[in-house]
Parts: sequence; structure tokens; C-alpha cells
Amino acid sequence: MMNLYPTKKFRFPITAECISPDVFQDKKIEEIRRLTVWEGNKQRILGELFKVKESESETKMVVINIHGDVSRVRRIGAYMTSGQIVIYGNAGMHLGEEMEGGEIIVRGNVGCWAGSMMKGGKIEIYGNAGNYLGAPYRGVNKGMRGGEIVVHGNVGNEAGAYMRRGVIKVYGNAGQFAGLRMQNGTIYVQKDCEARVGACMKDGKIIVSGFLESVLPTFTIEGLKEKVKIENDETAEGPFYLFLGDTAEDGKGKLYVSKTKNPHLNRYEKLL
Amino acid sequence: MKMELIIRNGFVFDPINGVKGEKMDIAVRDGKIVERVNERKALEIDASGMLVMPGGVDIHCHIAGSEVNAGRLLRPEDHFKYSERKTATTRSGSGHSVPSTFTTGYRYSRMGYTTIMNPAMPPLMAKHTHKELNDTPMVDKGSFPLLGDWWFVLEHLSNGRIEECARYVAWLMTSTKGYAVKIVNPGGVEAWGFGHNVHSLDEQVPNFNITPREIIRGLCKVNKLLNLPHTIHVHTNNLGKPGNYTTTLETMKCVEDLAADDKPVIHITHCQFSAFKGSDWKTLRSGAEEIARYVNNHSHVTLDMGQVVFTDTTTMTADAPFQYTLHELTGSKWTNQDVETETSVGIVPFRYRRKSYVHAMQWSIGLELALLIKDPWKIFLTTDHPNAGPFTAYPRIISWLMSRRAREATMKKINRRAQSKSLLPSITRELDFYEIAVMTRAGQAKALGLKDKGHLGVGADADIAVYKINPEELDPSRDYKIVRKAFRRAAYTVKGGEIVARNGEILKHVKGATLWLKVKTSQQTKVNEDLKRRFRDYWTVEYENYPVSENSLDISHPINVEAKI
Repeated sequence: MMNLYPTKKFRFPITAECISPDVFQDKKIEEIRRLTVWEGNKQRILGELFKVKESESETKMVVINIHGDVSRVRRIGAYMTSGQIVIYGNAGMHLGEEMEGGEIIVRGNVGCWAGSMMKGGKIEIYGNAGNYLGAPYRGVNKGMRGGEIVVHGNVGNEAGAYMRRGVIKVYGNAGQFAGLRMQNGTIYVQKDCEARVGACMKDGKIIVSGFLESVLPTFTIEGLKEKVKIENDETAEGPFYLFLGDTAEDGKGKLYVSKTKNPHLNRYEKLL
Repeated sequence: MKMELIIRNGFVFDPINGVKGEKMDIAVRDGKIVERVNERKALEIDASGMLVMPGGVDIHCHIAGSEVNAGRLLRPEDHFKYSERKTATTRSGSGHSVPSTFTTGYRYSRMGYTTIMNPAMPPLMAKHTHKELNDTPMVDKGSFPLLGDWWFVLEHLSNGRIEECARYVAWLMTSTKGYAVKIVNPGGVEAWGFGHNVHSLDEQVPNFNITPREIIRGLCKVNKLLNLPHTIHVHTNNLGKPGNYTTTLETMKCVEDLAADDKPVIHITHCQFSAFKGSDWKTLRSGAEEIARYVNNHSHVTLDMGQVVFTDTTTMTADAPFQYTLHELTGSKWTNQDVETETSVGIVPFRYRRKSYVHAMQWSIGLELALLIKDPWKIFLTTDHPNAGPFTAYPRIISWLMSRRAREATMKKINRRAQSKSLLPSITRELDFYEIAVMTRAGQAKALGLKDKGHLGVGADADIAVYKINPEELDPSRDYKIVRKAFRRAAYTVKGGEIVARNGEILKHVKGATLWLKVKTSQQTKVNEDLKRRFRDYWTVEYENYPVSENSLDISHPINVEAKI
């Protein structure tokens, strides 16, 4: 088990895609210290920015613990395929970008683009997440293609944009444009959700258990559901209004909105 | 005075001077190739066991201008994973299929290319294009203004006033600092401004009493009247549509009678996209055989391949109606540009997939064209960068052309139906280094009418590429991977008499010249109030702001042309 302690309060953005179990695997602690990272426009070695300590571990799995605030550190766990990263503090942008397996646990808040374009594995965030959770880089139309992201706090705008597979569970509130242009997969928002949810979605499932101010006019009411399955053993208790859309894109996506939390949507019931 | 340089003992391939792999020394002084230099003082490159060729020439690559820039804006995803760091000599940059300007220059130089032509410049965007070309280092470059849909051309041609039209073209060529007449989907691009297209050579262009056939023939005559060094550079009608090979044949036939003394009068560009047979995408077949048969029997045509490579790329062409169809076909994002200028542009990101029947057939058609056309002076190696693939794929294409095994290795991986329909398995031809030198430099320079480029004769520009291949020991058919690797990183690239790159490393950042035509006609176009009024009415700039002044080119290289009128 490797433990990383930031040696200072970082002033410049740090790009450190080398902080990944795949890179650390089979490396001696000296080699790990010599891995290259970027601090602003200067190249540094990991040992300059972090105190690296090894500790005993019971499992064979590569585990990296980061103790401290790394909110300026980007691309932690990018491309990882196995192992575990635990961050005891806030993490920066592009956490777990394009990860394919393994697990990242953050005991703090996370910047934008967490789990961007991920293909597998799990990210669990105990604080809040920034904008573009699980969304692809600007211009890319292949979003999340598998895996699971769980956020216990709130998330920003455009969570799960261009999603193709996988699950995003938000136990707090979500910003605007959740599930923008999603093609498949599931997004669950336990609390309130801002407007324009599911804009341009083609398929997939979005569940809003809290308050939703309005549904886009390009969604049509389909019926009422008592409960909705989120994952294998997890269901959201309703009742829910079921909307289909986005008809502007000829989409067949399902949008479930809680009935009890949204009495203002009862005008749709006339159309049933 | 620049230093002297001598390249010793290389196997020289210089097709224009008829040198076929003979061992000789090449002497360079003041940026020109000379008979001999002071051997004690001159810097020496030991090229023993290596290929020495003239610097590469690319007749058709979209590297600058409004459409390329729009492509960069449309595709941040094309850039974020492909970045190149700044070094002591080079500037930073990024991009895979639409790289930034500096990176474009460096990448060409690494492959041993020294002259490139940007084939689509809306006259109204000429200033922008030249600014970007100024920032494209390491290579000499030129740009072709899009004239096939320029209103003055359409009006004068429809009234049969060829000479008047020629004077306007001469004025435009000089004032936009252009190099050749480019025609894209004649008539169709103009029609696109009003939401239409034209579908055959004899269809009437909306709002103008003219047909595509008349535009092509008219501009071909204009080109001859003006004595321009290159022929008309034509992107055919119906490009990218199944069954379009007949349109291509007709386009070539329609200027057959204008040819004289076996000289080419028309260049059909990225011919692969114009060589589809079949009635729809499912029944798509190769029309390469028919086109090759025609080209083999006629001497008034040159072609370039537009070879597809299986990669992620960006398609961009002034043929916006075609791009709109492509966007509808793929569902990919797209942008339309330049409709407010004298042309239009459509851009669609695209991935050529091995397992797609159509894409695999396109790959096959490009190679079939190159291999079935017997004379390498008639067909040139391009990818229509970035439409069929980025120019960095040229070494891969060279290996396909030189080795049947390389083709078979790729063939195994492509769509099964395409494997059975492709003509490639029946073609045994493998090109040699001489033919590759023709297709990648000498032929292109000759077609462009560049007298000082593409050869190593005394007096030519000292643009030289040295590749780490020993043609006596290496069998390109078997060791195609070594060939590919060698062409990817030239051992030495010499530009203007200086070593600018070595083994893929840029040693010196040099600015290339901008080649343009100064066309002299006995009678000038009259710049009268009527012309100015029309600019005021229909253009987005005043007449006075339209021409590109010579001092906006960093290094200007005018080529004087005496017109017949």
C-alpha cells in the first residue's frame, strides 16, 4: 500500500496521470518517486510534490492512499484498470478519466469531469462533484461506456452527458442538463434536479426522486410507475410520472419524476 | 553566404533527370543545387546506403484557411490527446487530423516533404489563408483560389466571353496570391447557397444560364489562355455518391478536345471519392478499372489518389452539399462555413473503419487506381488531407503500393464482403522506389509546373530528402515495415540548402516561401465604378479591402506568367 502526502499547498495545476495503480504496480518506492508529473508548465518528479511512504497491506491489490488536499491535481487514476485509490481530501479535475476498472474513493469534493469517458470500475465520492460528471471531453460524443459513479453530495451541470452505458447515482442534488444527449445507461438523482434534464436524450433512464421545476416540452407523458429499478438490487420508490423523449431527437429515453415531490406536474395527468 | 553542403554516395532517385538509383554526390550552394562545391569547406552528409530524393511535393492537402480553422474549432477532441511540446527549436502544437499550423510544417518536414499546396481558398478568405500559411514553417506553399463558383466567372462564361473571363481570373489570381484554378463541384457549390445541388454535367445551375460542363470547359480554356503552370484542379460533381465514376469519365472527356501536344489540361483530384460504381451504398463497387483504362489511353489527365486510411479524421471540403449528405448519413456533428463567401464549406468528423463495407471498398479503390494506372506521372499520392486520412499516413500508403504483402496483411483485417469485391487480390504490381519518387515528388512538381522543385538537377532548389533505406539490400515487398518506418522519419531533410530535420528531429525552424502567380495580360481588367458597386452590393468587404498585398506574405515568391491575351 502506497501513501502519498502532499509536501505543500499546491499553487499551480498539477497533471499527474501517473498516480494510478497500473503505473505503481511492480515498481519500487524509489521508482515511484521518480515518476514525472507536470506542475504548471514545469516538469517535476512525483517525489518533489508528494512524500511517498509504503505501508503494510493485507491484499495483493495495489492500493494508493492520498492524504491531504489534492484539488489542484488533475487526472488522478486516469486509464486505470485495477486496484484502488483512496483520497482523504478533495480531488482535482479529470479524476479517473477513461478508467477501465478498479475503484476510486474520495472522502471529499471532486472537480469537474470526474469519471470522464470511463469504461468500467467504480468511483465513489462522499462530497460534491463538479460539472460534467462522467461526461466526455469537449467535442467527443462517446461518454461513459460502463462502470458506476456514486456521489453522496451534489453534482454540477451536465452530469452523464453523452452516456452510453453504466450507472450514475447522485444522493444529493443535480445541476442543469443532467443526461444531456445520453444514449443509454441510468442516472438516478435522489434529491432535486435543475431544469432541462434529459435534453436531446436518445435512450436510457433518468430518475428524479426530488423536485423538478419543469419537464422539457419535447417530452411526452407515458404513464405512472410505482417503483423503478436503478440497479440489480436497488429500486427507487415512487410513485413516478414516466415521460418519454427527447422527441426533438426522435428519442425513446425514459424520464421518471417523483409524483409526490412535484404536485405542479399533475396537469400532465389529464393527458393520460 | 549560406554554407555549402555535399551529400555523398547516396542512391539518387531523380526521375525528372532520369536518374534511377545511381550512386552520386549532390552539391549545394546558396540554397541551389550546383555542379560542385569546395569539398574541403563544405558540410558533408554521408548518405552511403541511403536513398536520396528531391524533397516531397504535395499537390493537395487542406492545411490552412477558413475551413481548416473551422475544423479545428469543431474538433477539440482531435487535439487534446495529440499535443507536441515546445522544444529549443520548435513551437508547441496539437492535433491529429487538423493539426495547428506549426505542427503541420514540422510533421511534413519530418517526412522529407518541402513543398505543399493548399487546394481550397475562398478568394474572400485569402488574407486569412495566407496568414496561416505564413505560420506554416519548413515548407514552401501555395494556395488555389476556388474559382468554379465565382460570380464573375459564371457570368462571363454564360455569356461566352472567355477572354473577359480570363482577364478577371488573371486579376483574381494575382490579387489573392493564388497558384492555380480550383473548381469544386462546379455549379453545385453556387446552388448550395440556395439549398440546392447539381447532379450531372448538363444540369442547369440555378440563377445562372450555365451548366457544369460549360464551367469546366470555360475555365480550361481560360487556363490555357493565361498559360498557368498547373492545369485546372477539379473536384468532380457527384463526388462521394455511388455510381459517380461515369460523371468522372464525362468530366475528363469533356475537355479531351482542348488538349494539345500530349500535355495535361485537367487534374482530377482525390479521384478515389469519384470512382464509385453501383446504384447505392449496398451495391457499391469499384469504378477504378474503367477510370484507369481511360487514363491509360489518354494523356490530357492527371489524377491524385485521395487514399483512405483507417483512422479517425475530419472531412472538409468546399462541396458543402456532399458534406450535408455525409452528416445525415453518419449522424455526426457538422458545420457549414463560408456560404457568405464565393463558395461554401462543410465539415464532418469521420472515422474510417476496417469493418465497414463502404470504407473498406474506398480503401481498395484508392490503391486500385494507383496500381492500375500504368504511368506514375499521371497519378499522385495524396490522402486529400484530412478528408481520407491525415498526411502522416503517407508512409503507410507507400508501403501498400510497394508491397503486395502489406496489402494482403491489411486485406485480412477488412470487411469480408469488401474482400470478395475488391480488385486488389488480382493486382500483382508492386511499385519501385523510382515510381514512388515520381508519385510523391517529381510527378507532382511537374504537374504543378514547378520548374525548380521536384528534381535534383543543377539550378534546382536544394530541397532534398534522405531516407535510411538501402535499395540494393532491402526488398520493399518483404520488408515493407522498414520502408514505412524510413519514410516516416527522413534521415535528413534539406530545405533551401540547410539541414532542417534529422531522424525525425527538427534541427532548425525555417520559414518557407509562398508561391503565387503574377499573371501579366496585355489588357488589364478595368476597375470601374461598376465593379466597385458590385462589391459594395454583394460582397462583405469593399473592393479596396479584397486583394492581398504582397507585404502580407512573409516570404513572397512570385512566379511571372505571360498570358496569351
